Amino acid sequence: MTTLSREETEALIAEVLEVYPEKAQKDRAKHLASNDQTVEQSKKCITSNRKSLPGVMTIRGCAYAGSKGVVWGPIKDMIHISHGPVGCGQYSRAGRRNYYVGTTGIDTFGTMNFTSDFQEKDIVFGGDKKLAKLIEEVEQLFPLHKGISVQSECPIGLIGDDIESVSKKAAAAIDKPVVPVRCEGFRGVSQSLGHHIANDAIRDWVLDKRDGAAFESTPYDVAIIGDYNIGGDAWATRILLEEMGLRVVAQWSGDGTIAEMMNTPKVKLNLLHCYRSMNYISRHMEEKYGIPYLEYNFFGPTKIIESLRKIAAFFDDSVKEKTEAVIARYKPMMDEIIAKYKPRLEGKKVMLYVGGLRPRHVIGAYEDLGMEVIGTGYEFGHNDDYDRTIKEMGDATLLYDDVTGFELEEFVKRLKPDMVGSGIKEKYIFQKMGIPLRQMHSWDYSGPYHGYDGFAIFARDMDIALSNPTFKNLVPPWKKVAAEEVKKAA
Amino acid sequence: MANIMIQQGSSGGLVFYLPKRDLEASIESIEFDTAEKWGGELKLDNGGTYYIDPIAKPPRLPVSLRAKRLGAAED
Repeated sequence: MTTLSREETEALIAEVLEVYPEKAQKDRAKHLASNDQTVEQSKKCITSNRKSLPGVMTIRGCAYAGSKGVVWGPIKDMIHISHGPVGCGQYSRAGRRNYYVGTTGIDTFGTMNFTSDFQEKDIVFGGDKKLAKLIEEVEQLFPLHKGISVQSECPIGLIGDDIESVSKKAAAAIDKPVVPVRCEGFRGVSQSLGHHIANDAIRDWVLDKRDGAAFESTPYDVAIIGDYNIGGDAWATRILLEEMGLRVVAQWSGDGTIAEMMNTPKVKLNLLHCYRSMNYISRHMEEKYGIPYLEYNFFGPTKIIESLRKIAAFFDDSVKEKTEAVIARYKPMMDEIIAKYKPRLEGKKVMLYVGGLRPRHVIGAYEDLGMEVIGTGYEFGHNDDYDRTIKEMGDATLLYDDVTGFELEEFVKRLKPDMVGSGIKEKYIFQKMGIPLRQMHSWDYSGPYHGYDGFAIFARDMDIALSNPTFKNLVPPWKKVAAEEVKKAA
Repeated sequence: MANIMIQQGSSGGLVFYLPKRDLEASIESIEFDTAEKWGGELKLDNGGTYYIDPIAKPPRLPVSLRAKRLGAAED
């Protein structure tokens, strides 16, 4: 199937939107666009970060998901209390595969679920006492934890509990940080506001706690910001940075600790991977501590080399030399992988629909394998994300913001990509349609995908998905006969 | 009044950032731009205008300030 021209893409969007009532049609049309690389500001062609329409199937999350699930959850030596009813914490427990080192239940708590389990009486009489008691119990049962965060679920905001005062009292009593986070699920239009609230909570309650304390620094201190160590991503990143001669002081927040976060203001450069979820804290550190931040992309050799050089430019010649040595050392390995997989994957078409940074960051990795991304979109991106995406995507390719279930299905039916990269909620729909899908949220239980080591796994996984013979045999034999007869008659 | 942040853009100009709405826009013109008087009316490339009280030029950017909205950006 050939790539569409701009007119065809626009016609496709109009056609798909036809089923909606007029008002919904008008609203949704603003969120769909055909990419135009000449546009400087994305808001001229696409609207983002708006409330989803009632009645459409959106795959967005809530503010609690953005705070507890994304930003705070991976901090391994803290206990994150899901304050409210039990479900929010339990059904999202350990789902994001943020890997970490440590003994779970003793000094690390990443995959565990702590909740205040609200009952009717807590809603009626308030849950402050319960929270205070819970913190007391946590301290007794898990004395090696390094801090507690209280992640509010919807009812906390609705009944107006004062978790701040409970937290302050508890922090004084146990002599460890207790951070109240006002990330009630109903706030904002998507998980994006949860990221912002979580960043602000870190800024107010954690970041400046070691200011002025002694710290043995080197001129090569950096922090990895916005890498959640999904399937070991942050480790693959860290290897490369250390080979460059840099010292990684902190990992935010995959496999990270609260002590690392408190030490971050002492670094020389913040390396920002997930711009969407952690640009807020990077901006704050730039203003308060004068630490510049740099966005980088560790998906696929082309982008890795670009990013490594960009990072090295901040440091002296010894780092630059080591960087070139790193690039040269991995080149044969990359050439081998590309030689092996490119002939098998060349020309295949992919459609993406994920969140955060992936809708634009993985494009380079696909292109390194000779594949083409024909459509991409963010669940909860903002204008600045689309600004950056427009440059990465080909002309007249499809952009969709907060796409609905119906629209995504229709787009896939019309554009017929060879593969879709999205999440678990989309996976079986498209696989039943005979299109392989890789989950790009959790790397489909594989990974890491970052760094040179990650690219090898990425290439193998894409090959596994695309070469799977199952998808050619999805039509049952009796239907196949009918289909052939139709073809003969035509 | 809204909290805003003014940063140095990568291409040399100033960048306006409104955290509350996650709005980032480059500043097209600033009314006063001298060492002792800096600020006034800011014209943004998205059509919006904001006003910050003139202050001595901050020694380092980015800087967080309070700004008044004069004209909203078209949405």
